[in-house]
Amino acid sequence: MIRHLLSGADLDAATATRILDTAAEMATVAGREVKKLPALRGRTVVNLFYEDSTRTRISFEAAAKRLSADVINFSAKGSSVAKGESLKDTALTLQAMGADAVVVRHPASGAPHRLAEWVDGSVVNAGDGTHEHPTQALLDAYTMRSRLGRLAGLSVTVVGDVLHSRVARSNVLLLSTLGAKVTLVGPPTLIPVDWATRAAAANTSGGGAAQSPDITVCYDLDAVLPTSDVVMMLRVQRERMTDSYFPSAREYARRYGLDGQRMRRLPEHAIVMHPGPMNRGMEITPEVADSARSTIVEQVTNGVSVRMAVLYLLLGGNNA
Amino acid sequence: MACPPAAESPPARQPSVKVILASADVQRVVDRIAHQILEKTQGAADTVLLGIPTRGAPLARRLAARISTFEDVAVPVGVLDITLYRDDLRRHATRAIGPTELPPGGIDGKRVILVDDVLFSGRTVRAALDALNDVGRPSSVQLAVLVDRGHRELPIRADYVGKNIPTSLAESVKVTLVETDGTDGVKLYGGTTS
Repeated sequence: MIRHLLSGADLDAATATRILDTAAEMATVAGREVKKLPALRGRTVVNLFYEDSTRTRISFEAAAKRLSADVINFSAKGSSVAKGESLKDTALTLQAMGADAVVVRHPASGAPHRLAEWVDGSVVNAGDGTHEHPTQALLDAYTMRSRLGRLAGLSVTVVGDVLHSRVARSNVLLLSTLGAKVTLVGPPTLIPVDWATRAAAANTSGGGAAQSPDITVCYDLDAVLPTSDVVMMLRVQRERMTDSYFPSAREYARRYGLDGQRMRRLPEHAIVMHPGPMNRGMEITPEVADSARSTIVEQVTNGVSVRMAVLYLLLGGNNA
Repeated sequence: MACPPAAESPPARQPSVKVILASADVQRVVDRIAHQILEKTQGAADTVLLGIPTRGAPLARRLAARISTFEDVAVPVGVLDITLYRDDLRRHATRAIGPTELPPGGIDGKRVILVDDVLFSGRTVRAALDALNDVGRPSSVQLAVLVDRGHRELPIRADYVGKNIPTSLAESVKVTLVETDGTDGVKLYGGTTS
């Protein structure tokens, strides 16, 4: 088993499948009278959050507590960070306190990778800037697998602000490892240039052998809906937008928002996902978000099971 | 220098294998435990059999099948995974966890009989008792094992024992079942043959 979970690319198919299988067992704990397992008794998990978060932090906290670990929550607001302490000094402080795992969210891409060099314990990336969010990708994969029964061969369409989305990046890496076909859809300004050119090159050269991950880029949402098994809507991240990427919110919603009419064009079995938090009316209408196809609430529930699996597999044995 | 002729080299040490129970013996022993359960529990009412993976699970199913053949009572069967309750979890690489399946009626207020293949240190049973504590509150807990090889490290004993085998710590007992290994049998490996 790996020591840190920093990127969706850290996981090979066997490890990822092992995490998903373990998560399925962890999920049964939620239905028990005593929702607690003794696996991480006496271990300390620090939630180090430099960025606002509700579901991810609570989800990690619930996961660690269900495994009987001691949880220390650290948020940058109201801590020594406000006095100017560097990430390294904070890391060394945590190290001195004996943290067995550090769950880190940071606005700077790559911060968890640096942190992993400074601490002895395991580092779990809970979102770094516009880079990666591997546990979200795992819980998305888990949700797809439990709803549709498989991952290999699924057509997954990721729609919206791919450029700023760490969720999209981790999902592309993990899902292609697990054999799903990923299509990125969005305004050209919000699709990373390297992925767009790579996908275009793969299409013209006729073979995607040298291209990994294996992805397709499309700018027309309506064209890909009838062949999608999963549609993953991404939040338009206004707080990260330093430029004008599209003319107006209304135009974005009209071209790339998922409404009831578009939803009805999906195959019968298709599901709609959203990592949350949603901008209702922007990328997704309330009709879609609250429909039976939507797995948005399920994703939150599955998040706890998947994070329990990750923490157990990183910390449970003597391989940490 | 030429290699010495094979005849002059010391005889290769054969790992000694002793068959304790052959295939037919295993079935007889299971039948006997099933009878003992019926006798001791007065008809196995309000009783649940919980197998401890790996081989306790098929053994529990066999016991239930034999009990229903002998007395026509359906005893609920389940599986209790104890991985996360082991006391040596941290001494090994991370172990894969298996499923815990409780029968639909649950175990609250029932007589739970834990079923395992080999009783050795007693640590597995201790872990199972802890696990049981988290999934319900049985009225009583009993233990059935196919083989008791001794060397207990905890104050634990079995209520139903298929076969007592005196062993040394250097030896190892291996149970095989049709469901998991293709054949039924109990073998004793290692130690000295005299």
